[in-house]
Amino acid sequence: MLTKEDKLKMYHYLVLTRTFEDWIFYICHNQDQKNPMVIGKGYLSTGQEAISVGASYAMQENDWMAPSHRDVGAHLLRGMSMKDLLLQYMGREGSPTKGRDGNVHLGKSELKSLAFISHMGAMTAPANGVAFAMKYKGEKNAVISFYGDGAAQQGIVHEALNYAAVQKLPVVFVINNNRWAISTPVSTQTSVENLADRAVGYGMPSSICEGNNVYEVYDHVASALDRARAGEGPSMVECKSMRMSGHGTYDMAKYVPEEEFEEWKKKDPIKWAERILKEEGLADDAYFEKVKADIKEQLNKDIAEAVKHEQVRPGPQELADVYAE
Amino acid sequence: MTRELFYADAIREALLQEMQRDENVYCFGEDIGDYGGVFGVTMGLIKEVRPMQVRSTPLSEAAILGEAVGAAIYGLRPVPEIQFGDFISVAMSQVVDLMASYHYRVGTALPLTIRIPSGGMLHIGNFHSNCWENWFTHVPGLKVVVPSCAYDAKGLLVSAIRDNNPVLFFEQKRMYRVIKDEVPEELYEVPFGQVRDVCDGDDLTIFSYGNMIPLAEEAARELEKKKISAAIVDVRSLLPLDKDGIIERFRRTKRAIVLHEARTFSGFGGEIASLLQEEAFDDMAAPIIRIGSIHTPVPMSPNLEKAYLPSLNQVLEAADKLMRY
Ligand SMILES: Cc1ncc(C[n+]2csc(CCOP(=O)(O)OP(=O)(O)O)c2C)c(N)n1
Ligand SMILES: [Mg+2]
Repeated sequence: MLTKEDKLKMYHYLVLTRTFEDWIFYICHNQDQKNPMVIGKGYLSTGQEAISVGASYAMQENDWMAPSHRDVGAHLLRGMSMKDLLLQYMGREGSPTKGRDGNVHLGKSELKSLAFISHMGAMTAPANGVAFAMKYKGEKNAVISFYGDGAAQQGIVHEALNYAAVQKLPVVFVINNNRWAISTPVSTQTSVENLADRAVGYGMPSSICEGNNVYEVYDHVASALDRARAGEGPSMVECKSMRMSGHGTYDMAKYVPEEEFEEWKKKDPIKWAERILKEEGLADDAYFEKVKADIKEQLNKDIAEAVKHEQVRPGPQELADVYAE
Repeated sequence: MTRELFYADAIREALLQEMQRDENVYCFGEDIGDYGGVFGVTMGLIKEVRPMQVRSTPLSEAAILGEAVGAAIYGLRPVPEIQFGDFISVAMSQVVDLMASYHYRVGTALPLTIRIPSGGMLHIGNFHSNCWENWFTHVPGLKVVVPSCAYDAKGLLVSAIRDNNPVLFFEQKRMYRVIKDEVPEELYEVPFGQVRDVCDGDDLTIFSYGNMIPLAEEAARELEKKKISAAIVDVRSLLPLDKDGIIERFRRTKRAIVLHEARTFSGFGGEIASLLQEEAFDDMAAPIIRIGSIHTPVPMSPNLEKAYLPSLNQVLEAADKLMRY
């Protein structure tokens, strides 16, 4: 059962994610393109933060995750600092990938996260590997494997799901169904009504949840993780949501019908959480305002700190790290 | 009639005119339909051709390239797009195992062209920047071409579409809206297996292709100031390779630099260097110098990527070394 403290903390991470990504969006649209602060584009989870936050909140300390490109919330919750993320986006000294990679292409073994590669769905297979290693060592841990409605059409995803099921690996596949994959609506991506319907074919249980209700996402993923930890094998949680921005910050998503955005605006995950917290008498508007103001202040501090870091420069280390010692 | 066209528009025009000329030619790939592709190369094409002649697909490269094989066997001339060249890796088996050996084993031709936006310099990291053309030149049964100007982009693409073999057409995505030159309105073919003389010179020859042609030109202008006259030869068709043309050009200057964006080690430049060593040793006034990227993944940070890629200085120093040899 989630305590008041849990619920407020999850709210905090929703706002943290939103605030951070709103800033990335703003900078990408307002920076000097010749001397940019953020390198490349932003790939944001705006409007679907509840999936990443709700799912990762259900993880226990020794669980691992394989985040996708819309999982800043999970990175933050699992200990990546906002400053780390800023340095990553800015390609500066101290960035988690040392400027060698950018934006959402990151992960840290110390934080028990696999580092995402762009090839959609690719991370489902190594997530199985982590899960097997846990099982092999007799540990009662589990892995969350995140992927999208587009990624679900990759061969590797089908292989990995079947593989996890038949070998009873402790994995929870969390599908971020945000209805779009770049310009392609999910209805032209697959003919199944729900991606979760596929679970039958792989031989694993599944559930479908309101992806914008952070507490509901938590409940679904938490029971799936329990099941995995109990040695009963993998399961799938499909989170219904909506990508409320373009694919990247460069994309104005003109191809998305206006009504679709309007409809989903009503289900904004932050407002949804606020409604629940108020209904349950756990917080009020003044509290929400304070959380937002505090996070803004923290962001500004972190930005000020991050820009003190130098841009990474090539040096003798240029060829280093390609191989391990 | 000719007029100036951007590289991207030359490709678009070749696709459109070939689809109009021959209804068996058709284009498909992720987001290429209504959206016009992530680089806008196929913008509006869907409105100008027959139903299903331009088609968006699910996010499934292996299935896309598999479709190309089947449709080609049935008599169509498929032109699939791989959204970013880097993602062809998930469909490798369809290319190197199935497609490449089919005619040799079975006797059925596969007239298909894979469009592969490739190359770096855009600071978007290791999964959106690689030049993998020489993975494929090692595979008998495939043809591999890399246009470096709008004229060649159109002409080589027309030849590719009309060719009865699988052709890998490596578009240089950085050139899409940067490179612009005179392109005939009508259809024409640029034959495979013929080098292009970019400029003549007496002292040394730079053999290059794709994204590195502009760097070679810049180097030639700098060398001119130092009274070194450099010829530039655009190899453009890697397989089939214009061996006679390359040897003949080399004999004119007796000194050569081989320059490409792909990594030097185990790169295509080794093929050209050894060809010259085997066939033109008597005419060799100095050892061939190869210049390519360093042997690391492609770094995202602009500073690191600059150090990763070949530089003007490297070319100038190589020229100097050749002349002093
Ligand atoms: C194998 C592969 N093909 C193509 C791409 C280009 N691409 C990047 S994101 C994306 C859409 C992903 O859609 P989805 O899985 O629904 O995730 P979302 O972006 O909607 O969160 C595509 C096609 C890729 N990254 N990997
Ligand atoms: Mg999606």
